[in-house]
Amino acid sequence: MSVQADFAAALSAPGGACPAGLRTWNGSDPARRFGIHRNNVIVSRVEALADSFPVVQSLVGADFFQAMAREFVLLSPPRSPVLAGYGADFAEFVAAFAPVAALPYLADLARLEWLRVEAWHAADATPLPPAELATLLARAESLPGTSFVLHPALRTLGSIHPVVSLWAAHQTDDPKAALQRIDLACGEAALLVRPALAVDVIPVAPGAAAFIARLQAGLPLGAAIDGEPFDLPAALALLIRHGALAGIRAAEDGR
Amino acid sequence: MLPEACGVGLKPAFFRMILEARPAVGFFEIHAENYMVPGGPLHHYLERIRADHPLSIHGVGLSIGGDGALDEGHLDRLAMLLDRYQPESFSEHLAWSSHDGVFFNDLLPVPYHAGALRRVCENIDRVQERLGRRMLLENPATYFEFEDSTLAEADFISEVVRRTGCGLLLDVNNAHIACVNHHRDVRAYLRALPLAAVGEIHLAGFAEDVVAAGAPLLIDSHGAPVADEVWALYADALSLVGAKPTLIERDNDIPPLPVLLAEARQAEALMDRHVRQVA
Repeated sequence: MSVQADFAAALSAPGGACPAGLRTWNGSDPARRFGIHRNNVIVSRVEALADSFPVVQSLVGADFFQAMAREFVLLSPPRSPVLAGYGADFAEFVAAFAPVAALPYLADLARLEWLRVEAWHAADATPLPPAELATLLARAESLPGTSFVLHPALRTLGSIHPVVSLWAAHQTDDPKAALQRIDLACGEAALLVRPALAVDVIPVAPGAAAFIARLQAGLPLGAAIDGEPFDLPAALALLIRHGALAGIRAAEDGR
Repeated sequence: MLPEACGVGLKPAFFRMILEARPAVGFFEIHAENYMVPGGPLHHYLERIRADHPLSIHGVGLSIGGDGALDEGHLDRLAMLLDRYQPESFSEHLAWSSHDGVFFNDLLPVPYHAGALRRVCENIDRVQERLGRRMLLENPATYFEFEDSTLAEADFISEVVRRTGCGLLLDVNNAHIACVNHHRDVRAYLRALPLAAVGEIHLAGFAEDVVAAGAPLLIDSHGAPVADEVWALYADALSLVGAKPTLIERDNDIPPLPVLLAEARQAEALMDRHVRQVA
C-alpha cells in the first residue's frame, strides 16, 4: 500500500493504527501527533453535520448528537471536497439507528433539515412576471395542459409525523413550551421555498404537497391535480406568493 | 494583484455588516469549496461584496499533494468559480486531502522526496494550465515528518516554485508551528524559502497541545488571535520581502468583524514600518 493509502485507512477507522514511516525530532511516538489529523477529520465532519442538522441536534442533545454523528461519518465519509452536499444520506442513517428508535419522527426531521440545506444552495431563478401569470391563468382551455417550471429551491416533504411543528418549535425562544403543544400522532407536510435570501418552511395540506411535487416533476396542471383532494386555488396562490412559479414548459394540448 | 494591505476571511456572519458599514479592509478571502454551490445567499452576498473589494480565492480541497491525478471535476468547478468572480489571487496548499474518492477535509502532509516533488509539480502545472493563471502554494503546518524525506521542506518548496513558476503563499503561522514541532530554527527556515515568489502572507492563531514527551506541540487551529511569536516572525518576514498582501485567518471561534479588523490594522502598522525601513 502507498503511504497515502495507509493514512486513509488509519483515518477511516476509529482505532486504526498509526501509519509506518513517520518520525519526530525527539523520537517521541508519532501516533500521538498523527492523532491530530484523526481528530481534525472526524471533528470537521461532525461539525459539518451539526451545522446542517441543528434541530436534530437540539432534540437529542449535543453529546448524543456527537456520538451519533461520529458513527455516521465513519460509515459514510464525504465523497467530495464540496461539503455543502455532505449529509444527504444522514436521514437514512438516523432512520436505521437503533438508539433513536424511541423518536420515530427524528429521521423525517433530518429529511426536512436536509431539504432546507438543498433549498439554501439551489440555483437562483426569476419568478414568472405577474402579467404573464395573469394571461396564463385567464386561458382556462389551455391551463390543464400547462406544465410549470418551479423554482429550483422548491422542495416538498410529506410525513406521518408533525415535522413542521417540531421544526418550528425550535425556531422559537422556548422550544420546550412549544413542543408540549404538538400532537405527535398528527402527520404534516412541508413546502420549502426561497423567495429571497432565506428558506421558508411552510406547513401545507398533504394533498397540496403531493400536487406541488407532481407539478415539480413536470406533470401538466390537469394531471398533477389527480390525487388526494386539496384546495387548488390556495395551493397555486401559495406558489405565486412565494415566487415559486419560475417558468412554463412547452404548453401541451388540454386533456 | 491583491493590494499591499491586510485582508480578512469572509464569513457569512459578516455579510450584512460589510454591505451596510463598508469597513475599510485590504481584501477578502474565501475558501473556494464553500462557494461551489449553484446559487442562493452565498453568491448573492459574495457578488455584492466582491464588487466593492479585492478578492482572494483560497482552495482547501484540490489535493495537490495527492498520489493520483487531480480531480478534473473539481478543477472544473474551480475554473467556473474563478471565471465568475475574477479574484486577484488564487492559492492552494502543499498537502493532500482526498484518497480513493474519500475527502478527508484536512490538510495532510506530503513527504519531501523526488517522487513527491515530481507529482506536486505535475499537479501544479495542470492547475495553472487549466485555470490559465499563476497560483500561490502555501507552506504547510506539520506535526511529524517522513522517514523517506530526502529534502528539507524549504528546499522542496523552492524547487516546486522554480519548476512550475507558481508563487508562494507564506503562512507565517504555519512556519512557526512546523519549526516548533520539528525543533528547527524558524528564521533559517524562512530565509531558505523562495522569498522572491511571495505573493501573499497568512497570519493566524494556533493551539498548543499539552506537552508531548517534554516538547510543545502546536496545532494549526485558526481559532485564536495571532500570537506574539507569530507577529514577531511576521515583522522579520516583512523585513525580508517588504509589504505583501496579508490575511488574518480565522475559521473557528470567530469573533465579531471589528476584532479581526483590529488585527488587520496591527498587521498594516507593521507593514508600514517595515516598508519604510526597506525603502
